Amino acid sequence: MSDKKKNWPLWEVFVRSKNGLEHRHFGSLHAADEEMALENARDVYTRRSEGVSIWVVESKHIKASNPDENGEMFEPAADKVYRHPTFYDLPDEVKHM
Amino acid sequence: MSEQEVKNSWAEHSRSLEEIFEAKIARDEKIEPKDWMPEKYRKTHIRQISQHAHSEIVGMLPEGNWITRAPSLRRKVALLAKVQDEAGHGLYLYSACETLGISREELYEQLHSGKAKYSSIFNYPTVTWADMGAIGWLVDGAAIINQVPLCNTSFGPYARAMVRVCKEESFHQRQGYEIMLTLCRGTEEQKQMAQDALNRWWWPSLMMFGPTDAESTHTEQSMKWKLKRKTNDELRQQFIDQTVPQAEILGLTIPDEDLKWNEETGQYDFGKINWDEFWQVVKGHGPCNKERLQTRVDAWENGEWVRDAAMAYSEKQAAKKVQKAS
Repeated sequence: MSDKKKNWPLWEVFVRSKNGLEHRHFGSLHAADEEMALENARDVYTRRSEGVSIWVVESKHIKASNPDENGEMFEPAADKVYRHPTFYDLPDEVKHM
Repeated sequence: MSEQEVKNSWAEHSRSLEEIFEAKIARDEKIEPKDWMPEKYRKTHIRQISQHAHSEIVGMLPEGNWITRAPSLRRKVALLAKVQDEAGHGLYLYSACETLGISREELYEQLHSGKAKYSSIFNYPTVTWADMGAIGWLVDGAAIINQVPLCNTSFGPYARAMVRVCKEESFHQRQGYEIMLTLCRGTEEQKQMAQDALNRWWWPSLMMFGPTDAESTHTEQSMKWKLKRKTNDELRQQFIDQTVPQAEILGLTIPDEDLKWNEETGQYDFGKINWDEFWQVVKGHGPCNKERLQTRVDAWENGEWVRDAAMAYSEKQAAKKVQKAS
């Protein structure tokens, strides 16, 4: 039934709850276009003043990493302990560092 | 990653995907949509989350009946806001469910064809204004007890949706209880109306927790996946223990002759639930099953031209933009 006609596409919704904080993923919704996606996002995700700014992006535009490949993706950082301050040996007398 | 952690991760490679998965849940790690998961986990979650979403959507119907009949503007705006929240909760849950790879159209199709279930409580009629009070107080009260443990369930999108739902739900229960309180402090006739609503909603509310533990087929697996943290009987007992004192404050009588405080267990003993009625309603023979589903299907079908027009408008606007750019 879904290919007989065009259904409203899926959008991802990001909300900034107050200035000074980043936009955070809140969920998704269906809407015919970006204007409607914004208005629906307001009604679905900010009924109690949860936000001061909303971003919507059509879900198909998001490229996500694959958790099955997390090894190749993230492990290269694991053996680079010299990126952390504790890697460096300093005498205890040294303060404020 | 420490040396120990590297070792652990290598040890994990040698185990089966399923063992890794179960261990993750046992450690209270969340499962996210793109993570590997057993097919049974996916199916069970699609079933439970979609049933939950359908219940929110169908749950709007018994109350919709009273929006135009609310006794004051204060009651009307509150009821409207509650019904709007239920639409919102349905939408959070549908979108959580879609992350498991099922489309919104399929979900609607399952509801409209009668293949999918929703909470049986919504197949009872709302015949007086006091029913709005009883629903908020009892039905939303029972829903909260069912839902709070789900904020910690293993599937990330479901847990996150439930956190939002639970935050919003407490206003629903309070507005219901306030309606009951106002009726109970009113005329004798109004108090009778409240008592009548309690009489009709009490037992169906107890049934909302599902069959007894002995009869429940999914409990064991659901506990393992943290889809359930307490059994049906435990949750039902919790509901009774916290609701009886609330009824006393209202001055109403719970319609159960066997209801009695048990000094030894520190809980209320209660009478036999009519499970035949429960199964009748689940199987589609409740007082309003047909009406509810028909109303929902009509709303969907009558709204089709609006959805099509919005899509056509959006395509036209997009085409205009392309034209301008070229």
